[in-house]
Amino acid sequence: MAENSDFEPNIVAFLCNWCSYAGADLAGTSRIQYPSNVRVIRVMCSGRVNPLFVMNALQEGADGVLISGCHPGDCHYMHGNYYARRRFNLMRNFLEYLGVEPQRVRMSWVSASEGAKWKEVIEEVVNGVKEVGPMDQFKRRQLNW
Amino acid sequence: MNGKPKIGVYVCHCGTNIAGTVNVEEVVQFAQTLPDVVVARNYSYMCSDPGQALITDDIANMGLNRVVVASCSPRMHEPTFRKTLLSGGLNPYFLEMANIREQCSWVHDDPIAATEKAKRVVEAAVVKARRLEALDVKEVEVEPSCLIIGAGIAGIQAALDIADAGFKVYLVEKSPTVGGHMAQLDKTFPTLDCSACILTPKMVDVANHPNIELMTYSQVEEIGGYIGNFDIKVRKKSRFVDMDKCTGCGACAEECRMAGRIPNEFDEGIGMRGAIYLPFPQAVPAKYTIDKENCLFLSKGKCGESPKCKEACQAGAINFDLQDEVVEFKVGTIIVATGFDIFDARLKPEYGYGVYDNVLTALEFERMVNASGPTGGKVVMLERGKKKKKKEGEEAEAPRMPRSVTFIQCVGSRDKSVGNEYCSRVCCMYTAKLAHLVKDKVGHDCEVTIFYMDVRAFGKGFEEFYDRVRREGVKYIRGNPSEIYKKGDKLIVRAEDTLTATPLEHETDMVVLSVGLCPRSDNREIIDLLKLSQSSDLFYLEAHPKLRPVDTASDGIYLAGVCQGPKDIPDAVAQAKGAASAAMIPMASGKVKVEAQTSVVNEDTCRGCGFCVELCPFSAIELVEINRMGWPVKVARVNEALCKGCGACAAACLSGSIQQRSFKDLQLMPQIKALGVK
Repeated sequence: MAENSDFEPNIVAFLCNWCSYAGADLAGTSRIQYPSNVRVIRVMCSGRVNPLFVMNALQEGADGVLISGCHPGDCHYMHGNYYARRRFNLMRNFLEYLGVEPQRVRMSWVSASEGAKWKEVIEEVVNGVKEVGPMDQFKRRQLNW
Repeated sequence: MNGKPKIGVYVCHCGTNIAGTVNVEEVVQFAQTLPDVVVARNYSYMCSDPGQALITDDIANMGLNRVVVASCSPRMHEPTFRKTLLSGGLNPYFLEMANIREQCSWVHDDPIAATEKAKRVVEAAVVKARRLEALDVKEVEVEPSCLIIGAGIAGIQAALDIADAGFKVYLVEKSPTVGGHMAQLDKTFPTLDCSACILTPKMVDVANHPNIELMTYSQVEEIGGYIGNFDIKVRKKSRFVDMDKCTGCGACAEECRMAGRIPNEFDEGIGMRGAIYLPFPQAVPAKYTIDKENCLFLSKGKCGESPKCKEACQAGAINFDLQDEVVEFKVGTIIVATGFDIFDARLKPEYGYGVYDNVLTALEFERMVNASGPTGGKVVMLERGKKKKKKEGEEAEAPRMPRSVTFIQCVGSRDKSVGNEYCSRVCCMYTAKLAHLVKDKVGHDCEVTIFYMDVRAFGKGFEEFYDRVRREGVKYIRGNPSEIYKKGDKLIVRAEDTLTATPLEHETDMVVLSVGLCPRSDNREIIDLLKLSQSSDLFYLEAHPKLRPVDTASDGIYLAGVCQGPKDIPDAVAQAKGAASAAMIPMASGKVKVEAQTSVVNEDTCRGCGFCVELCPFSAIELVEINRMGWPVKVARVNEALCKGCGACAAACLSGSIQQRSFKDLQLMPQIKALGVK
C-alpha cells in the first residue's frame, strides 16, 4: 500500500457515554490537544456496538475504527464492556482474515478521569492507521439512507 | 410526529470557546446545505435565555420538528435543550447535539481542521436527527426512604436532615460505632471547639431519631434496582452481644482475658482494648462488641474454664451462638459517605514511622492529646512494641513529656513519589491546631517546629489562626525533610531551610507526621456495588465538578464528605446537607422520570431465539408467546421499567428485531456514513 506522508486518516470512534465519552470531554475541559482525525459517535455502552457498524464504517470510507469503553469491572451496565471485548476479538480475527490490517480497528478502555489517556489512545490510533495508509479494500454500493 | 423532517440547526459560539477556533459562520452555511435542514443559525450562547428563545420561536414560526444544537457536550446541556424543545411543544427526544466544544474547539488549535471536523460532526447529527423518533417519558414512584452508607459526620448530618424532613433513613456503618474520624479528634480548627462536644449530641440523635434505622457493625452486601426503587441487602454482623440486653456497663470488658492486649483501632493502636470492647466511652450505640478474631473462645474454642465476660455480664447479654443477620429493604435514594483512610506513613520509609517509637502520625498524636484518649490527654514519650501487653505502659509508669515536638507537613500529599498529587486540604490547619495544643498541654517552653512546603490557610478564620499559632512561638521552617534518624535518645530531622538555602539537622524528642487523607482501601467494594467512577486521585467522581458536586453519574446516588475528595469538617457537613437536599428532591416529588431510551422489539420479525434474554444484564427481556398469523410463536419482550438502555441486546440481535430507542441501527448507520466520508 502506497504510503503518503500527507495522508490524514479518517477515523470513526464509538464511545460509551459514561466513561470514554466523559474522558474525551475531560480532555477538552483540560485543553489537551490531539489530532483532529477522530470523529466520535456516542453510544450509551460499548456493548451497543454491533460488529456490523465497524464493517460499515470501513466500507463507507473510514480508514480506521476505535471502540472505547469503561475499564473492565467499571461498566455502568455491569458487563457491556465485556460483550464489546468478546465481539471485538472475534471481529478482529475475521477482519484480519479478510486482509484488513489489525492497526485499523482498535479497542481501548478510557475512564471518565483519563483525559490524558484519551489523547494517547488517539495518537496511537492515528499513527497506527497512518502506517498502513488509506483503507481501500472495501467498497459499498450506494445506499440512500 | 410524522411527515417530512424539518430540521433547525443552531451553532453556538460559546463566547470564544467555540468561535475562537471554529469558523461558526462556515459551519452554519454548510449546515444549510444538508438534507431537510430548514434553518441554520448561530448565536453567542445557545444555552442562554435568548438562545433558547431562538429555538422555540423557530419551532413556532417555521414548524420545525427536529432540532440540532452544535455546542458543548451533550453530557453538559442535553437536559437543558430537551427542556427547550418541550417548552416549544416538541417531544424532547427530537433533539440531537453535536459536540463541537469539548471534542473539537478545545482540543484542536488549527482553525481549518477544527472547522472541518465541526462540519462533519454537525452533518452526523443532522442525519441522525432525520431519523429520530418521539419517545414517551415514563415516571415511576419513588420509595420515600434513603440508604446512607457510612456514619461519620457527613453520613450523620445527611441522615439527620433527611429524617427531620420526614423521610425514612437507613444508616449503615461498618464499625461498631457511629462518629467516624471526627470522633477521634480532640479540638477542631480554627475555632478550637471540642470535637466531642459538637459531635456526640448528633451521634445520640441518629440513634434515637424515630425516622432513622441505625445499623452499626453492618455492611451493604447487595444493591439492585434503580432510582426510586433500590433493593438493598445489608449484613448485620454478629456482635455476640444481645443489643437489647446489653446495658453498656463494661463489666465484661474488665474481665476479658485479652483486656489491654489488643491495639484499639479507634485509638490508632496507641491504646489497648480487649476482645470484648467499646471503641470509646461515648460510642453510639453504647453496646459492647466481641471481636471474633481475637476472642479466645470464638477463635480457639476455649477461654479458661468458661468465658469470663459471660460470667461477668449480669444482663445475660453475651451469646456466642448469635449469627449474622441479613436484612433486606427498599429505598428510593442512596447517599455514599464512606470517608477516608489516612495515608500509610510506612510508605515514606525515610521518616522512620514504625521504626522509631516517637515518630507518630497526626491521628495517633490526636488520640494522645484527646482528654478521653489512651493517655488521658497527656502528651508523653511513647515506648511501643515491647511487652506492653498488660499495663498501658506510658500511662502507668512515670511518663516523660517531650521537650520538643516537630511536625512534618504534606506526608503523603502533594507527593508524586507516592502517587498522591493532590493537597489534602486539612493538614496545614490541623498541624497548626496540634502545635497550639502542644503549647497548651505540654507548656510554652516546649519547643514546637513545623516543616512545611507551603501553608495553605484558605478558609474562614484559617489565616488568623495560623497567625495566632506563630505568635505563640511555633517555629515554621520551609523545607521538606529528607530523613529522620536516631542519635542517642533524640531524633534528628535532616532538612534544608529552602528560604535561606541552608541544610540543617534539627534535634527533637518527638516527630509528628501530618499525614494526608487517602481514598479508603476498601473503596472497591462500594464501586462494585454501585458502579461509581473514580477521579484520577481515586476518590469517587462527582457528576460535574462545578454544577453537580454531590451527584454521581447514576441517578439517585449521591456523595457526601471525604469519599469525594479531601475536606474539612465544615465542608463535609455542607456537602452532606447538599447531598441530603439532592436526595430529597425525588423523594419529595414522589416520582421520577425513567430512562426513555429503552429497547423495543419488532414482534413481526423476532424469531424468538432468546439471545437477548441471555445477554441482558438487568433481566429486562423475556420470551413470550404470541399469535402470529394463526401460529403460536415465541418473541422477546422488554420490560421497560427494568431496561436501562445499554443496547447490548440490539448489538447482538441476529435479525435486527430488537433495537434501542434513539440508538437504532437506522439512526446510527447514517451517522457512520456521514463520518466515514472523506
